[in-house]
Amino acid sequence: MKVLTFGITREIIGAAEITLSGNSVTSVEQLRSVLTERYPKLSQLNSLAIAVNEVYANDEIQLNEEDVVALIPPVSGG
Amino acid sequence: MIKNIEISADSLSLQRCRDFVNSPANGAEAVFIGTVRNATNGQAVSKLFFEAYESMAIKEMNLIADQALHSFRISKIAIHHRIGELGIGEIPVIIAVGSAHRKAAFQACQYAIDTLKEKVPIWKKEYLTSGEVWVSAHP
Repeated sequence: MKVLTFGITREIIGAAEITLSGNSVTSVEQLRSVLTERYPKLSQLNSLAIAVNEVYANDEIQLNEEDVVALIPPVSGG
Repeated sequence: MIKNIEISADSLSLQRCRDFVNSPANGAEAVFIGTVRNATNGQAVSKLFFEAYESMAIKEMNLIADQALHSFRISKIAIHHRIGELGIGEIPVIIAVGSAHRKAAFQACQYAIDTLKEKVPIWKKEYLTSGEVWVSAHP
């Protein structure tokens, strides 16, 4: 599945998007642990929300190969 | 149309926001204008950079407008946000609300800017003398 990065998460991961296999990551919770293991600096953020197909998702949400996931570090618009 | 949502790389127009919410049935227009401040926590800021997850930000801004129209007795709302690089004094956000009476316009305007700052996926980087910082990213 496609994982989009924004703000500081783009700098931590070093790419605007990465691709993860839907076989290895089946829930938002699992996605969090895979990403924080691979990119430990993500766990130093004030918060990290996850959006699935442009909607904020809680950890229980299941993921499919065709989902577009986005990493949402603390927002600061306005 | 009773709501007008935009994200733009060009300068925002107060006049366009006001024109959108203006209506003969209104007795009030409340407008919030965010501006780029020259300092943060005592440190000089030279400019800001705004980035958006544009498609989702538009959805979230529409949700805010829908909720404001539902919760307060207002007739119209415009929410415009700018992205890209902005200098001191420039305008990153305008929220305009039209209503029959002033109280609802003030309340809806405050609700909209507070919720935008909390929910809409837009990020601000500050350029300080000591370097660049994504706002609120770290404790």
